[in-house]
Amino acid sequence: MGILEVKDVNKRFGGLQALGNVNLSVAENTCHAIIGPNGAGKSTLLNCLVGKLIPDTGSVMFDGQSVLGRTPFEINQMGISRVFQTPEIFGDLTVMENMLIPCFAKRDGSFALHGIRSVFSETGLREQAEQMLEEVNMLDKRHMHAASMSRGDKRRLEMAMCLVQKPKLLLLDEPTAGMARADTNNTIDLLKEIKEKRNITIAIIEHDMHVVFSLAERITVLAQGTPLVEDTPENIKGHPKVKEAYLGEAA
Amino acid sequence: MFGLDKKDASLLLIVAVLVAFAPFFLNPFPEGSAMAQFNAGYPDLMQRFVIFGIFAIGFNILFGLTGYLSFGHAAFLGVGSYAAVWMFKLLSMNVIPAIILAVIVAGIFALIIGYVSLRRSGIYFSILTLAFAQMSFALAYSVLTPITGGETGLQLALNDPRILSAATTGGNIPVPALFGFEMRSSTQWAVGDWLFTFNVGYYFAAIIMLCSFYLSIRIFRSPFGMMLRAIKSNQQRLNYTGLNSRPYTLAAFVISGMYAGLAGGLMASMDPLAGAERMFWTASGEVVLMTILGGVGTLIGPVLGAGLIKYMENIISKINSDILHTWFAFLPDGLEDVVVTLIYPFIGKGWHLTLGIVFMLVVIFLPGGLVEGGQRVSRLFGRKKKAHDPKNATTEPAE
Ligand SMILES: Nc1ncnc2c1ncn2[C@@H]1O[C@H](COP(=O)(O)OP(=O)(O)OP(=O)(O)O)[C@@H](O)[C@H]1O
Ligand SMILES: [Mg+2]
Repeated sequence: MGILEVKDVNKRFGGLQALGNVNLSVAENTCHAIIGPNGAGKSTLLNCLVGKLIPDTGSVMFDGQSVLGRTPFEINQMGISRVFQTPEIFGDLTVMENMLIPCFAKRDGSFALHGIRSVFSETGLREQAEQMLEEVNMLDKRHMHAASMSRGDKRRLEMAMCLVQKPKLLLLDEPTAGMARADTNNTIDLLKEIKEKRNITIAIIEHDMHVVFSLAERITVLAQGTPLVEDTPENIKGHPKVKEAYLGEAA
Repeated sequence: MFGLDKKDASLLLIVAVLVAFAPFFLNPFPEGSAMAQFNAGYPDLMQRFVIFGIFAIGFNILFGLTGYLSFGHAAFLGVGSYAAVWMFKLLSMNVIPAIILAVIVAGIFALIIGYVSLRRSGIYFSILTLAFAQMSFALAYSVLTPITGGETGLQLALNDPRILSAATTGGNIPVPALFGFEMRSSTQWAVGDWLFTFNVGYYFAAIIMLCSFYLSIRIFRSPFGMMLRAIKSNQQRLNYTGLNSRPYTLAAFVISGMYAGLAGGLMASMDPLAGAERMFWTASGEVVLMTILGGVGTLIGPVLGAGLIKYMENIISKINSDILHTWFAFLPDGLEDVVVTLIYPFIGKGWHLTLGIVFMLVVIFLPGGLVEGGQRVSRLFGRKKKAHDPKNATTEPAE
């Protein structure tokens, strides 16, 4: 039994079957990649895991508890953090403030009225945030306005915001899209290191096969809303069905 | 100082000094001179400066930080006024219990209205708050006449119980006071042709305004304030980061409602009557204008905006055509009439026209309000950035 168990999930958008009978089991402390052509339903699947969408049928269990019917903040408090396909950060805030908010959420829960104490007296949280920024090589940017950064930096910031919460399950939706090659490699190294050091399960959607094969222990191929195969990276590489799915999409 | 960093502390200090010496530099022109009508240093107006300053500071905690635009904040001001007057009628003429009750009642009111209105965001939230405020107005104006005095408003009477005060001797209705200091009493000081007025009510309201301002700085710099700014910036990210935005916005709504109630209670303390028109939607719109005019989301902006609007309301509206004729008497007769005719629509009752033009100019050319104007001027003179710079205001102090 995996930490994440998706059973018979269906999701329709009007006439479009975005997810059809999706079953997925992600084992604890592994990295599971979900690949597939554009429009396969990968992001839709993640949306069903974090409470952004509610599946029409099926069940989603995390850590032995159902996530269905819970709000996004409750699901996050259960231990799931998500990086979005288009970076979602607090653009009007500084990089440091962006990092502090998940730290507060982790320490104080979904609501705490600290109306008087200064943010800057929170030395413990600040150290945590700075340490995480150091790990993603962004410490020098901590005073910058988040909106003024490059797309790649925004992605790294969002990932750092998720990692600093020490989630049990980290969901990454194309975390390296729009990154320079060097930053992509840094991201791979960072994720590898995090995986070794911490107990963390990662589910990653990625088009960059270099990233997928560097990180994933299992791969699920999704096409037209349905899982085609699930196997180890070695077996997926030459799988005829996988080639067909991608080529079929290209044709 | 007081748990503030250097920039914020100096801003607070500057405001405190300005407020303390306001009776002097709001009266820069000698009595009887042609310019004397531009003097704003009389108690009534100075009280309004600080009271509406409080109102706008509180409004800015909601609008400036979370971006939720309430169009019904005057309802809380009105409720605060009614609560305070009832306290004067039933308990005593001491302003402290009146103000405390005003804040509490406005807070409860805000909790109810906020709880319902915050189920929606954007324009729907604004419309909901507007609807609630207009309902409150209608209630106060007619339905609840026994409590609110209806059209005539709520006034004090000689035979009010006032259980904590000694029976009033003589036939006068007592006036609000702070342990014997009557709010309306003033001392005047003549220096040459100048006349300066020091009013108890003004200084009392000013001290409360400074406390409110200090509290708002603390809120801006607190984790709570940071969460509110995060809500404005990206509510979706906040929710996926494990934070429930609803109680944060509700807390901000209630706090700003309590600020409004405080302002309403102070208004009633200066002049112990309350009328439904204080809750009318134009009054709610006014505080929006004040905040935008001064600079949304800046610390000092709302106070400046409140000051500017109240100054224009009281000074420009007093200019009449005779005064215009004396000003332009140096022009040839025909030309004088033309100039006076051109300016006339913008003065007296037409001061709203002037306000409208000023507002448009500010929104178009200074989207950051008067605070941005101040920054541009100070940059022009190559001075160091001011403490109330909104960009600096969101960044960290140097380590
Ligand atoms: N909220 C929505 N309403 C209607 N249709 C949607 C919605 N979200 C996704 N879809 C549709 O569902 C299908 C799957 O979309 P999804 O975003 O999950 O694909 P994806 O695998 O993430 O693709 P990509 O690789 O381009 O990100 C697409 O056809 C998309 O247009
Ligand atoms: Mg996608």
